[in-house]
Amino acid sequence: MSKDAEILEEFTSKEYEHGWSVDFEADEAPKGLNEDIVRFISAKKNEPEWLLEFRLKAFRHWLTLEEPDWAAVNYPKINFQDIIYYSAPKKQKKLDSLDEVDPELIETFKKLGISIEEQKRMTGVAVDAVIDSVSVATTFKETLGELGIIFCSFSEAVKDHPELVKKYLGSVVPYTDNYYAALNSAVFSDGSFGYIPKGVHCPMELSTYFRINAANTGQFERTLIVAEPGSYVSYLEGCTAPQRDENQLHAAIVEIIVETDAEVKYSTVQNWYPGDKNGKGGIYNFVTKRGICNGDHAKLSWTQVETGSAVTWKYPSCILKGDYSVGEFYSVAVTNNYQQADTGTKMIHIGKGTKSRIVSKGISAGHSQNSYRGLVQVHKRAENVRNFSQCDSLLLGDKCGAHTFPYIEVDNSSAQVEHEATTSKIGEDQIFYCNQRGIDTEEAVALIVNGYAKEVLNKLPMEFAVEAQKLLALTLEGSVG
Amino acid sequence: MLKVKNLKASIEGKEILKGINLEVKPGEVHAIMGPNGSGKSTLSAVLAGREEYTVDSGSVEFLGKNIFGSSPEERAREGLFLAFQYPIEIPGVSTTNFLRAAVNQVRAHRGLPKLDAVQFLKTMKEKMQIVDIDQALLKRSLNEGFSGGEKKRNEIFQMAMLEPKLSILDETDSGLDIDALKIVANGVNTLKSADNATIVITHYQRLLDFIIPDFVHVLYNGKIVKTGTKELAYELEERGYDWIKAEHANA
Ligand SMILES: Nc1ncnc2c1ncn2[C@@H]1O[C@H](COP(=O)(O)OP(=O)(O)OP(=O)(O)O)[C@@H](O)[C@H]1O
Ligand SMILES: [Mg+2]
Repeated sequence: MSKDAEILEEFTSKEYEHGWSVDFEADEAPKGLNEDIVRFISAKKNEPEWLLEFRLKAFRHWLTLEEPDWAAVNYPKINFQDIIYYSAPKKQKKLDSLDEVDPELIETFKKLGISIEEQKRMTGVAVDAVIDSVSVATTFKETLGELGIIFCSFSEAVKDHPELVKKYLGSVVPYTDNYYAALNSAVFSDGSFGYIPKGVHCPMELSTYFRINAANTGQFERTLIVAEPGSYVSYLEGCTAPQRDENQLHAAIVEIIVETDAEVKYSTVQNWYPGDKNGKGGIYNFVTKRGICNGDHAKLSWTQVETGSAVTWKYPSCILKGDYSVGEFYSVAVTNNYQQADTGTKMIHIGKGTKSRIVSKGISAGHSQNSYRGLVQVHKRAENVRNFSQCDSLLLGDKCGAHTFPYIEVDNSSAQVEHEATTSKIGEDQIFYCNQRGIDTEEAVALIVNGYAKEVLNKLPMEFAVEAQKLLALTLEGSVG
Repeated sequence: MLKVKNLKASIEGKEILKGINLEVKPGEVHAIMGPNGSGKSTLSAVLAGREEYTVDSGSVEFLGKNIFGSSPEERAREGLFLAFQYPIEIPGVSTTNFLRAAVNQVRAHRGLPKLDAVQFLKTMKEKMQIVDIDQALLKRSLNEGFSGGEKKRNEIFQMAMLEPKLSILDETDSGLDIDALKIVANGVNTLKSADNATIVITHYQRLLDFIIPDFVHVLYNGKIVKTGTKELAYELEERGYDWIKAEHANA
């Protein structure tokens, strides 16, 4: 931008200032959102001009949008001017031992079967040199580097691989996509970037766990994964340990590009703080996740275990553009107390012979509401498309709700689209049967629920699956009997 | 082992058990027979602690303790086992996983350490032989899509795994072909010892040729109206229940 243009920008953006000015030296932006805040964020991160432009366009577009209200969720109106959009990553206070950690948190860790070392890592207790996660992460990075795989924070990618970021950023989820996508595009804090070169089979699960400084990516996370032709990667997001955050609103974007013959498996365990028993204080999680199977025979598979957040709004989607490409969505969403989840997927069939499979398992307890919302769309030129959707709901108790909203739009008569839905309750007789064999009600519920969600849990990487099983049980603790 | 005194129980305000008296000692086998709807399954459910039923009066002692203070799982861990007339399906949970949870909770209660995977599988292999059950069946979802006979055999397999003190078999013979009946009966006899006891609920004298009862009781209209030996079962087979009903028309 030229000097003149800059001055002009400055001038025209004045009206947003509402009587205060931004201190660019500060660690934290003042509350509220305007163009200066967007500039502030970009400047703080030393971003190139094109990225600032991207943010500003997104911001200006966001101003023209209305907050969506079509999801089956209810929450007090968010005051977007009452949010802090940037604060420098805080250093976690180092503790000397686990004795200094909240005992309740330790109890939860134990129930999840998280190792002592892992507990220390997550609570900021100093760990000894041998298992120091930084050194693990370093070796990890070296191995990946030899294969040409890039796995780093989004900010690092902007610095080190600007051409890649520039090429793909917003290519799957444009900032015009929806309200929260526009917001994220304007103010995203950080996130992850993964790049798998042509023909490379990534030998290990890429997990945010191994990314140094993975903590504190902030409330507007941005993930971009590119799988070049013939490559393979399995990516893990989140962890089973409960995550708290002062920021109530989270609006992330995940974009995935899968080229010809490549395959991406994306697994998520989401366990944000769901609020207390009365539903107070939980996280609002409004996420846009989408991938494109860009080339023929590409495959994208989403697996998610959603147990946290007060309000979840999330539809990991697949654009099946390449011929014979495959999209999958496996989901377990658990809601308890006053949680609300509106989640599902979109399968957009554009290429011929494309296939998709949707398996959604909703589990509702307490006073919670759990909705599946899914779109299967078959375009005119997409010959011989096949889709199978299975949407099951399991109810624990009679104060919760389960809803299914399948949308099917078929524009080509050769398509075979199947949808099955069931709703069931955990039966008193199932619980009694377990009890009669000596199994207490808590464990009975865990067994039954894990059995119900098995098809999805089986899709998770092994270690993750075991933790996820425990997490389901923990989320539903005390919900029956 | 079990002392039931004047037990009355109801469901949804309807009295089903109208004063049951029954005493079972270690080493004994009792058979309970009786027409449909007389309260046999209700009695077993009340003994096992099913909460839908209200106990109106009477007492039940199991191993010298009042049973009404304990939850169904506590009773089970103490050694009360019920083979269900209609075993329940649990999708996605294999018999193996189900039993691992059960066995370990029961063992914990008895102060025994958990069985690790190897020990557990070894025990399973042994017990599988007792009822000649196929391992493939145990890997499938519990009771889901099992044939009637497979479900019953699986109940006895579970009994073998849990080593109960008192087993109540509610019409375990119904739905078994004659070979399966012999196998299951043989299994029950193998598990029999001087310290445990069995109550078999059945409609058919046939089973009692294989599992020889010490006592045969007739439950009619919520009461045990007749008690005898094996001979009583023959008599019922021959004459049906009309004569009993007639004798107790005013009961
Ligand atoms: N939930 C219920 N509400 C009302 N009546 C019930 C309920 N459950 C059981 N009953 C009644 O209690 C009576 C006894 O039933 P139970 O199942 O104990 O009989 P049973 O002797 O086991 O019969 P069968 O030989 O057919 O198995 C029946 O008349 C039955 O209809
Ligand atoms: Mg019955």
